[in-house]
Amino acid sequence: MISWMNWTPSVAIFFAVIAGILAVMTVYEIVSPCTERKGFLPIETTRGDRLFIGLLSAAYIHLAFLAVSDVTLWVALAVSVVWALVLLRWG
Amino acid sequence: MDKIPNNRAWWLVLPVFLLVAFSALIPLMTVVNYSVQDIFGPGQAYFVGTEWFKEVLTDERLQDSLLRQFLFSSAVLLIQIPLGIGVALMMPKSGIKGSLCLILVAIPLLIPWNVVGTIWQIFARGDIGLFGWGINQLGVDYNYTGSTVDAWLTVLLMDVWHWTPLVALLCYSGLRAIPEAFYQAAEIDRASKWAVFRYIQLPRLKSVLIIAVLLRFMDSFMIYTEPFVLTGGGPGSSTTFLSQTLTTMAIGQFDLGRAAAFSLIYFLIVLLISWLFFTAITHADKEQ
Repeated sequence: MISWMNWTPSVAIFFAVIAGILAVMTVYEIVSPCTERKGFLPIETTRGDRLFIGLLSAAYIHLAFLAVSDVTLWVALAVSVVWALVLLRWG
Repeated sequence: MDKIPNNRAWWLVLPVFLLVAFSALIPLMTVVNYSVQDIFGPGQAYFVGTEWFKEVLTDERLQDSLLRQFLFSSAVLLIQIPLGIGVALMMPKSGIKGSLCLILVAIPLLIPWNVVGTIWQIFARGDIGLFGWGINQLGVDYNYTGSTVDAWLTVLLMDVWHWTPLVALLCYSGLRAIPEAFYQAAEIDRASKWAVFRYIQLPRLKSVLIIAVLLRFMDSFMIYTEPFVLTGGGPGSSTTFLSQTLTTMAIGQFDLGRAAAFSLIYFLIVLLISWLFFTAITHADKEQ
């Protein structure tokens, strides 16, 4: 039924990881609900906002790496993960 | 005793979730899958990794149409927003004149996109169209099928004609929501018309204007039918905007992998801009 979706392992892992992050964040939210706060970002954000900003900027970081360099994308991934963690902690 | 939170109402969201899954998530996942493969037909797909993305990011044809798209959307906003505010300010406040104005202003909004394209295609023709013929009679050499500048002007004019009414109607509703007491206070202070606009009307229009800018940006960023019918993207590729480039690639050339990679980048641009607007709207609400 889903053969038309042409699934590949890497894309499946990608979406599984995103779904996993969302599930973990949901559980975290139920265990300890968060409130809006102001970090180094110019706006007040909740944990979910910061996750969204982190994921969106990760996409742009990957595209930037692809556009301007031939470095392997694992570097872009590492940069994105570090950036997302910084954002979640201090953003 | 602590109140036990009852979250069973979330089940009511399930139908919407399913609907969104079918209309957005599954197609999106499919596009992501397509973007990392070279697809020749059913069952004939080869994994190519990020090759399409790399190619798309360095493809001049796509960069050109992206640039054109940003130029077009900026021009649309720069013209339609001030013009819409102006029209709204000039419309009668109430009575039969007000209602008549509202109806007249709203008419272009009711016309389907492809019909708008056809109307302007004929209207702007030099031989039988009133607009094109009139301009030619004034001694100006105008031909939207041959000249890039004329084609751009015609597409812009068509969009301004079609969508400025939306901005005007939104601003009109925003203006009507300002209590009369504000104007009375301004009159007592002998405020000039400009001061009334600058310090009473414009700040109160802020949230309406953000919505207007968002709607106009999104619509103009996705524009397809009108220029496709009017100019077909020409002359050359001077009015070929993003969605038309994408459609030609995906359906015309059946280049699914490349088109998927490009539509994901398109999606990311739209997502970023929508998020910026969304944040601006929610913050404007909080300030109020």
